[in-house]
Amino acid sequence: MIKSQSRKRTRPIAAIMFRLPFMIDCVQFEAFIVDYLEGTLSKRQRMTFDLHLKLCRECREYLQSYKAAMEAAKIQADMPFSKMGMGEVPEDLINAVLSARKEFEK
Amino acid sequence: MVFEDDDRKIEGSLDAAEVTLTSDEVSRLVREHSDWMLGAAVRILKDRAHAEDAVQAAFTKIWSKLHTFEGRSALQTWMHRVVVNEALMILRGIKRRNERSIDDLQPVFDDSGCRVELEDNTTITPEVLLSRRQTNDHVRDAIMTLPNKYRIVLCLRDIEGFSTAETSEALELSEANVKVRLHRARAALKTLLELHVKEQML
Repeated sequence: MIKSQSRKRTRPIAAIMFRLPFMIDCVQFEAFIVDYLEGTLSKRQRMTFDLHLKLCRECREYLQSYKAAMEAAKIQADMPFSKMGMGEVPEDLINAVLSARKEFEK
Repeated sequence: MVFEDDDRKIEGSLDAAEVTLTSDEVSRLVREHSDWMLGAAVRILKDRAHAEDAVQAAFTKIWSKLHTFEGRSALQTWMHRVVVNEALMILRGIKRRNERSIDDLQPVFDDSGCRVELEDNTTITPEVLLSRRQTNDHVRDAIMTLPNKYRIVLCLRDIEGFSTAETSEALELSEANVKVRLHRARAALKTLLELHVKEQML
């Protein structure tokens, strides 16, 4: 859907550069992202990752957006039901829970 | 943890050695905690009625183990796990409804392994997202559109604060599989948010 909509630029120089020793291409970079953000890469892997990040604007921008999306998701964490635009916690539910507790106490 | 701010609220209503609670204390406990518990259950189940079932089931478990808890923070963390697990259990029994593939939301690379962005790509920053009032609702909606197998991993890992190991255990997936799904889910969410921001700017 999205792919066919816009033309994309190709990057011949980057393609050659990423083949040099100690370099990874963007596909390999992509595969490192989760571990990079979890801090579980080895020192050497991390250096390789950082080097690619320095040299590749596309991946820098990509990672920036990726992290922004993660932050946006995290904001949902503190959200109680009553702030989700679906009303308050229904009394029915509270009463059901409380009567289950009474059963438990018996 | 996620709900640390709420810790103080249950102070006084629960004590280490306090095995029996007065009915007022029980009532207060339920009222204070059902709101965030229902929130977590709705995020996982996308359905209010199912989420209410999860909260009820969670409290049944909580009553039977409550007396074993000492620290309040440990108690709250445990309550969170209980409600999430109940929600996951219910989710397993629900049939998937017309889920949309996220393949076209994944990053694109050319033949030589270089990332290619769309000509008119918009990068997003937390600032851009935070500056838009309706964004929060939109982020929630965007997450809700992800297929369950990706959505749940993102939900547990990035929202409910589970570690990769905990997510892998809760979903009975390998850690490698959790990471792959997490990555695809984040990439898809990123694309959805970029499209949203771009739309807003037009």
